[in-house]
Amino acid sequence: MSVAWANEYKPGGPLMQWVDERLPIPRLMYNAIGGGYEVPRNFNWMYNFGVLAGVALMIQIITGIVLAMHYFSSVDGAFNSVEHIMRDVNGGWFLRYAHMNGASFFFIVVYIHIFRGLYYGSYKAPREMVWLLGVVILLLMMATAFMGYVLPWGQMSFWGAQVITGFFSAIPVVGEPLRQWILGGFAPDQAALTRFFSLHYLMPFVILGVIILHVWALHIPGSGNPTGVPVKTKEDTLPFHPYYTTKDGVGLGVFLIIFVILTFFAPNFLGHPDNYIAANPLSTPAHIVPEWYFWPFYAILRAFTVDFLFIPAKLLGVLAMFGSIALLFFLPWLDTSPVRSGNYRPLFKKFFWFGLLPCIVVLGYCGVMPAEGPYILLGQLAAAYYFAHFLIILPIISRIEKTLPLPNSITEAVTGKPALAAA
Amino acid sequence: MVRLGAFLIGLFMAGWLLVSAGVTTYEMITEPAVETAEHRFHKHPKEVSFAHDGPFGKFDNAQLQRGFKVYTEVCAACHSLNQISFRNLADIGYSEDEVKAIAKAAQVPSINPETGEPATRPGIATDKLPSPYPNETAARAANNNALPPDLSLMTKARHDGPAYVFSLLTGYQKQPVELGKRFPDVAAGSGADPRDPKKPAGNLHYNPYFANLNISMAAPLSNGQVTFDDGSKNDVKAMAKDVAAFLTWTAEPKMTQRKSVGWAALIFLIIFTGLAFLSYRQVWAGKEH
Repeated sequence: MSVAWANEYKPGGPLMQWVDERLPIPRLMYNAIGGGYEVPRNFNWMYNFGVLAGVALMIQIITGIVLAMHYFSSVDGAFNSVEHIMRDVNGGWFLRYAHMNGASFFFIVVYIHIFRGLYYGSYKAPREMVWLLGVVILLLMMATAFMGYVLPWGQMSFWGAQVITGFFSAIPVVGEPLRQWILGGFAPDQAALTRFFSLHYLMPFVILGVIILHVWALHIPGSGNPTGVPVKTKEDTLPFHPYYTTKDGVGLGVFLIIFVILTFFAPNFLGHPDNYIAANPLSTPAHIVPEWYFWPFYAILRAFTVDFLFIPAKLLGVLAMFGSIALLFFLPWLDTSPVRSGNYRPLFKKFFWFGLLPCIVVLGYCGVMPAEGPYILLGQLAAAYYFAHFLIILPIISRIEKTLPLPNSITEAVTGKPALAAA
Repeated sequence: MVRLGAFLIGLFMAGWLLVSAGVTTYEMITEPAVETAEHRFHKHPKEVSFAHDGPFGKFDNAQLQRGFKVYTEVCAACHSLNQISFRNLADIGYSEDEVKAIAKAAQVPSINPETGEPATRPGIATDKLPSPYPNETAARAANNNALPPDLSLMTKARHDGPAYVFSLLTGYQKQPVELGKRFPDVAAGSGADPRDPKKPAGNLHYNPYFANLNISMAAPLSNGQVTFDDGSKNDVKAMAKDVAAFLTWTAEPKMTQRKSVGWAALIFLIIFTGLAFLSYRQVWAGKEH
């Protein structure tokens, strides 16, 4: 945030001065992620996950570029080329396992980042644009992850592609032609595989672009903080470097330790065994299950089992699944409470911890279980709560809730003493 | 407007989901789920431990070589191992000369250099292990229309793969009587039809570790079938374990390397995180936050 007391960039030597005068990239970086960016002093560890998401994207891009050098996007060769990478490419097993688990870790940190935002009201004015761009990034990530999962051309790749592109055929009139246009055929085949590979390589760079916008939009008002109270004085902030670079360094270390444990010691824990069987269009797996990060959405899709008048249940399910993410775009205008942080919103807090979080966990569980009576029923109740939470409960809470008194400033919240000097 | 629209949509979504939940409950009561034979009789893999288990586990080369012998003498009659080349066998402790000799003893597909007709020649180290059948049609024709799957990735393509292979190979047994009583259709696949005992028995084999209980493959191993050079035990259980270990290696030949690199990475990261934490403490010293 461009506060009056932010440090100004001073070139470290004649070379940097020469560069800075001609193309002020050093200055830009300094003001964005260096000593020139003033950040609230009271971030907790939940505020590490934005940086971690950026690191996860870089891991995916770097491992992905090298994997693409050895991967062969043909329906006859894709599966074997992945095994070639695993067996004969130097360090290929590491690249592939890191990329495979890296996708999961990207979602883990992004989901935590999102729930951090939900709890601390990070989506509220003046940071709506940051939130909207974040939802765009989530959608792009989902599309990228789906297409990436198709590339090894295993059984789950193929049947996942079949199911997910099948969503489009639920759209009235244009659905089936649209599905065929997307796939380039009647079923996933060479045309689909090649275009998914092309788009899977393109999309991460689109994500990177939107991340730059996301960070830019964040730097206009500056970062929020766990109290939700805006920055008022110099005491309230610290320069990003060295304070938060060191703190993010610790977070990064912990993140990488967990990432390494899974990648090296249980690399297939999050995967599905069926994807080690080459795709076979003539043999449908007993249970078609998406990757874990899609389970809650898969449960919402399957929760609609009854037609509504002329709308078939399948179409309702598809609309609800996309709607469950699309509603996040409206969140800044659904939650009208002037208090941002959940810490000062007793009622909101209860519904967050005992409503929303359990509801997501239950949806995830129902998404991975077979579509049988009790799991469908549980999924329907959780899905009903999910929509009610955002569309009905949150607006009502905002209106009726008696919020707790806010601290006068960030410094007061941290030290318990009023701020010394006014800005 | 946004909130009114959202409220109405939310009311519809939540309302219709609750109606659907009501319908689901009604259906669960009126049409209780029928238990399937798989649900009743299918078993999870047995508990079995291998030298390569756990974060410190390493492949036991002697065991892998025994497993390779079981594969060559038994499994290879029907199952291919098409991700594996002869040269890979050096990883399980065969010397270069031994690898060459093993390759030479096998006939791999080739073409006659004079006529271009399909032919075979003795293998060389870089050849893949030859498949028992030239194509899927031939494989099905020889096996009652069942296709013996490639085994290269079998232990990764099933839940708890090595234990699954072991359990499947040692899990052949007589059908439980209850199966014939409750699920005559399933029972008929792998035994005499309980409804019509005069009909010839089905040509499948009962195995509770197989997904649908009836497997086309007859019990492949019998006690003492393969003789090991080192005089190791060669009952069905021992051979099944050896071949399960061997197939773990074919599915993941870099496993030992993966674990040792993992430890190096982990130790590095623990030191890195420790240092990062100390610098964090130093930078933040005296700052309340």
